Amino acid sequence: MPACLEQSRATRRPSRPFRPRSNGYSALLLGILLLSPIVLSAAPPEKHLSIYSTAANYSLPVVERQGRDYVGLLELLEPLGAVSAKVDGPRWRLHYNNVLGEFTADKARARVQGRDADLSAKFILENGRGLVPLASLDSLLPRFLGGPATLHEQSGRLFIGSVATHFTASVAADDPSRLVFQFTAPVNPSVASEPGKLRLSFNHEPVTAPASPTLTFSSKLVPSATYSESNGAADITVTTTVPLLATFSNDGRTISLAPPKSQLAGNVAAKPPPTPAQSAPTVQPPTPSSAPRRYFAVVDASHGGADRGEALSTSIAEKDVTVAFARLLRRELESRGIATLVLRDSDANLSLEDRAFFANSSRAAIYIALHAASSGHGVRLYTAMLPYADDQSSGPFRSWATAQSSSVPLSQAAVTSVAGMLKRIQVPVRTLTAPLRPLNNIVTAAIAVEVAPPASDVSALNSPDYQQLIAGAVANGIVAIRAQLGAAP
Amino acid sequence: MIPRHFFIALSVLLAAVLAMSIYAWHMRGRAAATPVASVDSRPVVPPVAGATERVTLYVAYDDIGILRAQSAQISMPSVRQERAEEVLRALIALYLDKTSPHPLPPGSDIRSVYLVDPGLAVIDVNAALADGHRSGVLAEELTVASVIQTLSTNIPGILKAKILVEGKQRETLAGHADLSNFFDVSAVNQLTSQLQSTQ
Repeated sequence: MPACLEQSRATRRPSRPFRPRSNGYSALLLGILLLSPIVLSAAPPEKHLSIYSTAANYSLPVVERQGRDYVGLLELLEPLGAVSAKVDGPRWRLHYNNVLGEFTADKARARVQGRDADLSAKFILENGRGLVPLASLDSLLPRFLGGPATLHEQSGRLFIGSVATHFTASVAADDPSRLVFQFTAPVNPSVASEPGKLRLSFNHEPVTAPASPTLTFSSKLVPSATYSESNGAADITVTTTVPLLATFSNDGRTISLAPPKSQLAGNVAAKPPPTPAQSAPTVQPPTPSSAPRRYFAVVDASHGGADRGEALSTSIAEKDVTVAFARLLRRELESRGIATLVLRDSDANLSLEDRAFFANSSRAAIYIALHAASSGHGVRLYTAMLPYADDQSSGPFRSWATAQSSSVPLSQAAVTSVAGMLKRIQVPVRTLTAPLRPLNNIVTAAIAVEVAPPASDVSALNSPDYQQLIAGAVANGIVAIRAQLGAAP
Repeated sequence: MIPRHFFIALSVLLAAVLAMSIYAWHMRGRAAATPVASVDSRPVVPPVAGATERVTLYVAYDDIGILRAQSAQISMPSVRQERAEEVLRALIALYLDKTSPHPLPPGSDIRSVYLVDPGLAVIDVNAALADGHRSGVLAEELTVASVIQTLSTNIPGILKAKILVEGKQRETLAGHADLSNFFDVSAVNQLTSQLQSTQ
């Protein structure tokens, strides 16, 4: 507040008649002018609310009233549909498409479509403009929009519908100095470097947090990355011991961070690093046969996020069992020398198309989808039951629905190998085909592993010992057929 | 002075009242915890006219995760499309029975079956069947295989099948079995063979 008063004085005083004779006034004026930038920079940044929807991504100012954050409801809904508002005394009526909302100044209860809607604070009517508390948006907006809205109140981010962009981060298997971010939708962050850090700032994209805000990597050059959100933007800050360059590929879905080659060679001064815009993409997915294989296996923990999968018990969700099992399986495979990418290593949910896209673009030799079930015992192994397709793949093009067709024998060989290893340790196992996506969309060997409890106790699915037993046998099965899988194009 | 027998009788009655109150309170709690039986919203249809025929139903058994072929004698109309609907309704009725080996949600029904030449069957199930279906790869594929195998066995000439829910395409039945593509009936035949064995 003193800063604001100072600012107010600063703007008033120059309007007085200037008297060149007075040296005291001149000195004071000069001092105020010099101080103005400092006062301005000390003022808190204007708060924003970023809104992400399928219709538009946009930003609105957040105003503070009575110690709370408010936004204009009409301005918020305007880009999403036909909206109009009418003031009638203390009442404010808002029409959004066919939905009527009635608000009353200084009342915390509104009516939407004839039903009460409680606000977290009083509605404010200010010069004909209706302001609603920011904290009420995630309960109020679904009443107007007819769909879910998720508010990140602290960071000022609002997601309307399922628009979130998720990401995974991993160190490239063939190059421990390269960190690869895979996003479920194209992104275009601003990149900023400072000593020991590189920051990717997402001001316009609905990027959301991984399960853990801090990701650690087994790389000395890039030990960790941290996700944070503030004032309508998301940041990923990568800690690094060397300067990094960011390169974009896959239509903006992949960002690779790596030191410039000159840096690795210890010759920075002789050859300045290129700017990100000038550097060439490092991931080249369209030509699987010519590109090197970075991962031998892709392990996909099914479900995630709002998709909990089967409710295995009142406290165990399938999505949690699959991600724990995926991490164990990766450890088991990597301990046997098989470079493995876990497709979902957090609580993010990927669409089936995204899972197939990531698996195919990784050019791995085998894709392993993980499921868990409460019914039956032991393990069920699945290969794709291909759908009916009139238009079979021809030439260089493959039908998306039956992309698996040429790899079915390899997938069946993998299932037979894994089943053999499970039988060796007396785990009941069945091998079946299943209409289970994305198996049919994968261009390489693809299997699904559905783990059921060993006996009637479903909680055993969460047992590390049981998961370890199964993961070890599955890894042994993959290792046993490694040469055959690796020989496949 | 209250007579002794009167005092004893009064005590017994009070004890009985107390016991009944506790029992009633207990039963009230149980009644509240018990979900209300859902109303069977399936439309009442007139009985099917036609001679009874022996059909083969492929019935799923959850306990061991298999399909078993089972004969049934049902009234079958002469029109092909109505025959298709009738045989599937007989299958669903079996799953809605209290002793079903593969229970489907209450109210599950086949809305319609459309037979389109050459060889396409579109099976439209209601939302109750899909929304309340148990999740799991095997649980869902047992339902899918049971429905398509029963249909293709009893209505010859079907090469591919599509399952809709309330007339609309759905990605999966309950999170696993893919409903977005057309089922290849020959692939379902192979799956049925696999599902008839526990190995």
